[in-house]
Order: sequence, then C-alpha cells, then structure tokens
Amino acid sequence: MRSYLARRLIGMAVVIFLVLTIAFFIVRLAPGDPAALMLGPEATAEDAAELRQQLGLDQPIFVQYLKFLGNAVRGDLGTSIFFKQPVTQVLLGRAEPTVFLSLFSLTIALIIAVPIGNYAAYRRGSFLDQASISTAMLAASVPSFWTGLMLQRYLATDLGWFPASGYGGPDADFWERMRHLLLPSIVLGIVNSALVLRFTRASMLDILGEDYIRTARSKGMGEARVVLRHALKNAAIPIITVIGLTFALLVSGAVVTERVFNIPGMGNLVVSAVLRRDYPVIQGTLIVVASLYVLINLLTDLAYLLVDKRVRY
Amino acid sequence: MSRTSSAPIEARFLELLFSRRAVLLATIVLSAVALLCVCAPWVAPDDPVRMSVRARLTEPGMTYWLGADAFGRDVASRLLYAGRVSLGVGLGVAAFSSLVGIAIGLCAGFFQRLDGPLSRLVDAMMAFPDILLAIALVSILGGSAVNVIIALSIVYAPRIARIVRASTLVIRELPFVEAATALGVSTPSVMVRHVLPNITSPIIVQATFIFAYAMLAEAGLSFLGVGIDPSTPTWGTMVNEGRQYLDQALFLILFPGLAISVSVLALQLIGDGLRDALDPRLAKDL
Repeated sequence: MRSYLARRLIGMAVVIFLVLTIAFFIVRLAPGDPAALMLGPEATAEDAAELRQQLGLDQPIFVQYLKFLGNAVRGDLGTSIFFKQPVTQVLLGRAEPTVFLSLFSLTIALIIAVPIGNYAAYRRGSFLDQASISTAMLAASVPSFWTGLMLQRYLATDLGWFPASGYGGPDADFWERMRHLLLPSIVLGIVNSALVLRFTRASMLDILGEDYIRTARSKGMGEARVVLRHALKNAAIPIITVIGLTFALLVSGAVVTERVFNIPGMGNLVVSAVLRRDYPVIQGTLIVVASLYVLINLLTDLAYLLVDKRVRY
Repeated sequence: MSRTSSAPIEARFLELLFSRRAVLLATIVLSAVALLCVCAPWVAPDDPVRMSVRARLTEPGMTYWLGADAFGRDVASRLLYAGRVSLGVGLGVAAFSSLVGIAIGLCAGFFQRLDGPLSRLVDAMMAFPDILLAIALVSILGGSAVNVIIALSIVYAPRIARIVRASTLVIRELPFVEAATALGVSTPSVMVRHVLPNITSPIIVQATFIFAYAMLAEAGLSFLGVGIDPSTPTWGTMVNEGRQYLDQALFLILFPGLAISVSVLALQLIGDGLRDALDPRLAKDL
C-alpha cells in the first residue's frame, strides 16, 4: 500500500512537471514577440521592451523555463497583465462560482443518471432502457451552450422561474448568488448526466453478470434483496470513477456555461483573458485545472480502497 | 500478414448498415447534410453574405425559408455555407489527429525506450480539458480554420495515441510480426505494413467519435468568440450572433443548433455501430 502510494505520488509529480512544461511552451509557440502580442497593436517599442524585461523575456529561454518552474513550485504563477495582480489571486477571486457550479451540476447529474442507469441495466432491453440510452446519446450531442440558451429563454425569460443571468451583483448574499447558479447547474447537469448514465448502466450490467449475483439468486434470495444488498452496494465504485472522469467535462462545460449565463467564474475569466491576450492568466488556469485533474484522479483511485475491500494495491 | 477478422472492413460496414436501422438512418442523414453543404454554391437559395435592411430578423417563411438574421442575410444559405466549415473542421481534426496519434502510438508501442516518456506526455496532454487547451492554443496560433484544426488535433491526438499504443503492444507479440522481423523486414516497414493494417478498426471507431467531439468543440470555440474568425460563418458563430436576439428571434439560434446536434448525433450513432461491428471486444453495451 505504502509503496503503491509512493509510486502514484511520483507518477503524479512527473505528470504535473510535464503539465507545467507544456503550459510554458504553449505560450512560447506564439509567432513573433509575445510582449508585443500581449500589448496589442497600439503599443510602442519602449512599452514592449519594458514588458519583455518585466516578464523576463529578454533572458535565454532555458533560464526563463527554470525560473518559471521554480516560481510555480512555490505557488507563484506570474502576474496578470490586465489585472496587475498575481495570477493565483485572480484565479482564487473567481473560484467560488466555478466550484459551486461544478459541485451542483455533478450532484444533479448523479441524481438524474445513477438511478436511471442502474434501473436501465436491470431491465436491459426494455423500452425504458432503450429510451434512456437514446436520450443520453442525444444529450451528449447537443452543444451545452445551445441547451443553456434555450432554457434561459424559456425557463428564465418567459416563465421567470430562474434569474436569467449574472451572479446577483456585488452586494448579493451567499444564497442569492447560489440562486443564480441554479439554472446553469441544471444545464451542465443535463449535459454531464449522459456520460454518468452510460457509465453506470455499463457497470451495473457487468455486476449483474457476476457469479455472486447468480449464487444469490440460486439460493432463493428475493430479487429485491439481490439488487439492493448485493448489486447496488458494488455500484458505488463506478460512481467514484465517473466523478474523476466527468471533471474534465465539467470544466469544459463550465467555461461555456459561465459565458452563456454571464457568471464571473474561472471559465469566464479564461475566455476574457484570451480576448485581452492576458497570457499569464491563460497559462495559470491551464496549470491549476490540469493539476486538479491529476489530483482528483489519484484521489478517486485511492477511494476504491475504502469502498471495495477486494482492491489491494 | 494476418487479419483479425475474415471479412474486410468495407464489407462489415455494409453489413452493419443493413442490419441496424439507426445506423442506416444516421448515415443517410449525415450524407444528406454533407452533400447539401458541399453543393452550397448550387443549392443555396441566396448569397450568404448579401445584406438587406428590409429583411432584418424576418421570420421563417416563403422568401426566407429559415428566416433572415440581424443584417437581413438568408439563414438557410448561411447554414449551408457554415456547414462546410463546421463539417470540414471536424473531418480535418479526425484525419490529422489520427495521423499524429498513429505516429506517437506506434512508436510508443514498438520502441520500449520511448514508451515511458511518450506515455507520460500523453497522460499530461489528457489532463487538460479539451476546450480549455483548445482555447489556449487557438489564442496563440490565431483564429483561422486551419489553426483551429491544428489546435483541436493536438487536443485529440493523445486519445488515438493511447489506443494505437495498446493495440500495437498486443499485435507486435504475434507470430507473423516475429516472422516478418526474422525475414529481415525493416522496423518501419513492419510497423506500417504489418502492424498498422491490423489495428485500423479501433482507430476508425475512435476517429468517428473525434469527428463528433471536434464539431462540438469547434462550435463551442466559435460560440465563445475565440475560434474561427467571425467573418467566416460556422454553425457555432451563427448561434453566437443570434444570442443577442434570443428574445425576439429564437430561430436564429434554433437552426444552427439543430444542425450541430443532428450531425453530432449521427456521427455518434455511426461510431457506436462501427464499434459493435468492427471491434466486438469493445462493444460492452456502452
């Protein structure tokens, strides 16, 4: 166990190091002078030279890379050109809506998809099974921004059930802010439920085909008991896997959904950063999100240990 | 050289088409959409960029089948021309990411020394959520259709690479590969002429799904205004332009949204069908 953990931690460190390297070089891919690009066409040569010096772009690339790595390890992801603040601070300031949006939509996706997925597997081939797979495939084919705009128009503008957009203004209290996240969470929840449903159904089908289920049935155990005590208990593992899997989907979805509903989260920040050519912010977001992804996947693997006594590393 | 299955891929695909109605329907719909878009210059009812002040936000009807946008441009014609870009980007990404992914995957699967570093690189690339990485790449490369294809191919190539590597590891242990090596066939030749033909099925299946994902991702980028230059209509930019008129003219986002959804759904159905037909081991009821 301990050696497994050590191996996984080293593996994670290697991947995060590569993530940092990729993020560093992506920005250096830009053709021409990054400083001039960031400042836009109206900047003078002196401005560009000053920014180059400020960002350390006048030094050899290898020196820049080592400095970047050193700073990143200490939690310094550079300074935003637009906000003139450390990138970590800018990101933290925008984290609340994104974190809650992701949590709510994941909860909604699990509430919709886990019962339906399990039931569809149990009644394999039935009308409900066919209908649920078809709906899941449809949900995975519709762009999330389109679902968002449609629901915004009908449920928020026409029926007035939800706030149409925004995050409640600067004075809004916590509950008011959360109220503004309801509709976006539903949109993102629907989109993500497709993956969760297909995954839950497939794993439940696997479980129902296992020997111990056949044994339970053959010794005359009631159907309800077989499903509730034996099958569902083991269905917890795929749910953990799916949380790890949907993380990337949630982040991508959050970028688009925050833009549709004009929520000042990290997704909105990164799109604005692209439009403002604020490269340190883009780079910082890439690093933070990818590192979180790696960490969450490690945590979900470790969670198997707690849930499934048969898993031994 | 051996084949993992007796019938050639084309024959198995034809068999699939006629055994599953959903796949047949999806193929017909997708072909029809693609054909209409390719033939846009001949079938479009109007010039997609001609503006008309009088026609601003006209509801769908006899003159403008699918209505007219805020500049009085014909939505139906724009939809057809935009489809060329949207479908073209999807196809381009599917092809280009497959090429890159095959190269990386074959090398990782064949040369043990390269396996570690290449696999870690693929892991690291896959840690970035697709839209986020694509946004970053497009913002640096610039917003042209070719750059969006390059960016999305970088995003999706690791998925192909992973599958190619796994399949290569299996195939390279088979006796016919050993025999080819013993006969003195050069390594690149073994890779391309003996291993690659035997792993095409999972690649085709994955490339079909990437076609679908890339179309969704391109639409997302265009919607966010960080994709292809807005002067080139794509289905995503059409939704983005239409969202300002969400309350007055829903049809402006309705039709491009439907076009994306129908095409992506068709591709996913075809991908599912292909997986069942070409790669039964992977079917697994997903």
